[in-house]
Amino acid sequence: MKTLDFLLQRLAKAILVVLGVVILNFMLIHMAPGDPASVLAGEAGAGDEKFIAQLRAQFGLDQPLYWQLWTYLKGVLTGDLGFSYRNQVPVMTLILDRLPATLLLTGCAFVFSLVLGILLGVIAAYRRGSVADSVVMTSALVFYATPLFWIALMSVLVFSLHLDWLPPFDMESIGANYTGWARVADIAHHLVLPTVTLGLFFTAVYTRLTRASMLEVMALDFVKTARAKGVPKAQVIRRHVLRNAILPVFTFASMQAGQLVGGAVLTETVFAWPGIGRLMFDALLQRDYPVLLGVFLVTAAVVVLVNLIADLLYRFVDPRIEAAS
Amino acid sequence: MKRRVRLLAAAAGLLCASMMGTAYAQEVPAKGGTLNMIAQPEPPVLMVGLNTQGPTLYVAGQIYQSLLTYGTDLKPLPSLAKSWTVSSDGLIYTFTLQDNVKWHDGKPFSADDVVFTADKFLRESHPRWRLIATTYVDSITAPAPNQVVFKLKKPFSAFLNAFELSSFPIIPKHLYEGTDYRTNPANQTPIGTGPFKLKEWKRGSYIHLVRNEDYWKPGKPYLDELYFRIIPDSASRAVAFEKGTVDVLRGGDVEGFEVRRLIKLPDVENTTSGWEYYAPLVFMQMNQRSMPFSDKRVRQAIMHAIDRDFIVRNVFFGQGKVATGPIASTTLYYTPDVPAYPFDLPKAKKILADAGIKPSEYNIRLMPLPYGAAWDRMSEYVKQQIEQLGFKVVIQGVDAGGWSQKLADFDFDLTFNFTYQYGDPALGVARHYLSTNVIKGTPYGNNQNYVNPKVDELFALAAGAVSNDVAAKAYSEAQKIIVDEVALGWLYEMQNVTINRKKVKNLVRTGIGLNETMDEVWISK
Repeated sequence: MKTLDFLLQRLAKAILVVLGVVILNFMLIHMAPGDPASVLAGEAGAGDEKFIAQLRAQFGLDQPLYWQLWTYLKGVLTGDLGFSYRNQVPVMTLILDRLPATLLLTGCAFVFSLVLGILLGVIAAYRRGSVADSVVMTSALVFYATPLFWIALMSVLVFSLHLDWLPPFDMESIGANYTGWARVADIAHHLVLPTVTLGLFFTAVYTRLTRASMLEVMALDFVKTARAKGVPKAQVIRRHVLRNAILPVFTFASMQAGQLVGGAVLTETVFAWPGIGRLMFDALLQRDYPVLLGVFLVTAAVVVLVNLIADLLYRFVDPRIEAAS
Repeated sequence: MKRRVRLLAAAAGLLCASMMGTAYAQEVPAKGGTLNMIAQPEPPVLMVGLNTQGPTLYVAGQIYQSLLTYGTDLKPLPSLAKSWTVSSDGLIYTFTLQDNVKWHDGKPFSADDVVFTADKFLRESHPRWRLIATTYVDSITAPAPNQVVFKLKKPFSAFLNAFELSSFPIIPKHLYEGTDYRTNPANQTPIGTGPFKLKEWKRGSYIHLVRNEDYWKPGKPYLDELYFRIIPDSASRAVAFEKGTVDVLRGGDVEGFEVRRLIKLPDVENTTSGWEYYAPLVFMQMNQRSMPFSDKRVRQAIMHAIDRDFIVRNVFFGQGKVATGPIASTTLYYTPDVPAYPFDLPKAKKILADAGIKPSEYNIRLMPLPYGAAWDRMSEYVKQQIEQLGFKVVIQGVDAGGWSQKLADFDFDLTFNFTYQYGDPALGVARHYLSTNVIKGTPYGNNQNYVNPKVDELFALAAGAVSNDVAAKAYSEAQKIIVDEVALGWLYEMQNVTINRKKVKNLVRTGIGLNETMDEVWISK
């Protein structure tokens, strides 16, 4: 199949998937007990029946569910994700405010874990059975098994409170008003702890995957042939083994990339990172339906988009896939 | 002679030293500086007329003001009203406003703003004020630009206590009149009369307020700017204080066990003062629509089965005081002269046995208040104690939205809740006991279905009393009946701890604590 046909077909499917996700989420959210009017009334200190009814009417919650869904879908098609009941700000504004911070954090964690994970996996496979292999694999197992929040809190305790090397939270120094490169450096400084914390689990996964996959490929005949022909070991590893062993890693990386938007709630919470995960969590507690639906929509769109890109890249990484299709 | 001279010299020296000591003790307020605090959780909006959550009040209390504020003894103090009079029949309240007050956008503040706030804005958007206005207020007028007159339909003994920031924030008429209050763009750029103006709000990160140079109190505020940091994790908030990133921790900012540790840090002080007006009181709500809780002897037995002192000491780390009844000890008209329910498990079992009640026949659904680990621990403890009486108890966990929905639908057996008292029982207490407040669809009324016409009558008598003595007598009698009948299971009065660096002066001055305008707060150099 031609790449363009493939792309168009996948795009059409992607749009249907996102639409399905929106409708499903809409129904699920409305099935949960409690609604934003009762939560807001509680916050007002003494929600009487009349006040709650007034809020429901204002938010359109007194309309039949199918009508609310239709109104919402019409809005989505015109790029309007609605108005936050709680924050009294358009949902799109709230999401666009937070999205860059999350993408920066998850993007850095993604690159960090992918690069380090593959590198450590290659070293472990290359030096199988050595001390280096044992150290790498034991560390990978530890970070794979340790809860993320514990790593986060311990890293704050050690690197911020005791050693005072790194800032414990925030995305930048509040009140410092840095500009230009000074600001970039400041943000980079603040990025270290959350990036490493978020990335360690995936680093461990990539390390283990790369090592296992490499060892499998290294046992194949073509590798022995290459070595027998006199190709240096390092070159065989780089050009032949890694290239063939990378596919499972690539599959897992596309899954991690799908979590770029919604996968950092815990890290954002501990490090006071002003991202979208926290926005979603607060919206869930407050039953802020439009914000929740908006975040879910963006998350679904990113997952679908990343999968599409991954499918395209597969054909590039492994030409046999295109040939087969 | 020489000895006498030496003695005189020593006395003079001591006098000088003591005078110098006095001079040092009376430090002169310093101008300037930045105060760093935490807003937890992040307020959804800073327009306090639309949201009166704790964090909103904390930040918006620096932007908006009310007519009055209240001392730790709950006596009214001037804020935007410099004086007030009450007619002898208790029907006319006349407030004279401060001079030269401007809104943050430079427009003059006047009595018209107060009338708009009371008659239009809060009537529509503020349920507590709407209840007062609808029940008691006949008219609100502005006979002069600096004078507002409230004429009541009938006396209301709590009326003068209803003008604190969360109950009556004053809204600029020129920005809100004729608009949809909830979607008004001014909600994002709040304009008040307070000592600080909103400079920037980076959602998820911080709220930055700066000094209002045109503030109506000359020479105030002392501080240049305030930062309210958004730090969602409790452990990180403790680290922020420890590292000096923030100077103040408000009650609830950190876990109870952290409070014990942080107050021992050098150069740190703490107080439980500043909550007298709100006086949050925690209670169990037992649904009296069916057995076993429809029988007051079961409720009495359960009160005896729970060691409330244990809850305060071990679950909430001593940050509270066992409650004796519906009115907190700092609220007006409190009386300790009510039936007591000391922890006495054998007595609890005997009450049930004497009543012929077989606890094993009842399954109780216990719905925790979803406010965090300490509340979960309390639920587990209460479950364990009630099970000791022989009842079968199942914990039914829900989130905040689910909790309020189930409470509003009366779909619960036993849950926990707490109430702010707002200085006077008519404002924050009566709502949980009046039979007229058993309303399905609202989560914060008499959801347990306690009905006693005598109590209704006493609350009405007290609320409508012109004389304090009459009100006090009626409230005393009501408290005795309510406590005897265990209308709710009162557990403890929260004693939230404010922790701050010693360099921050004058932080807690009134009964509304950190919600008070910080125009007198300064930082020692």
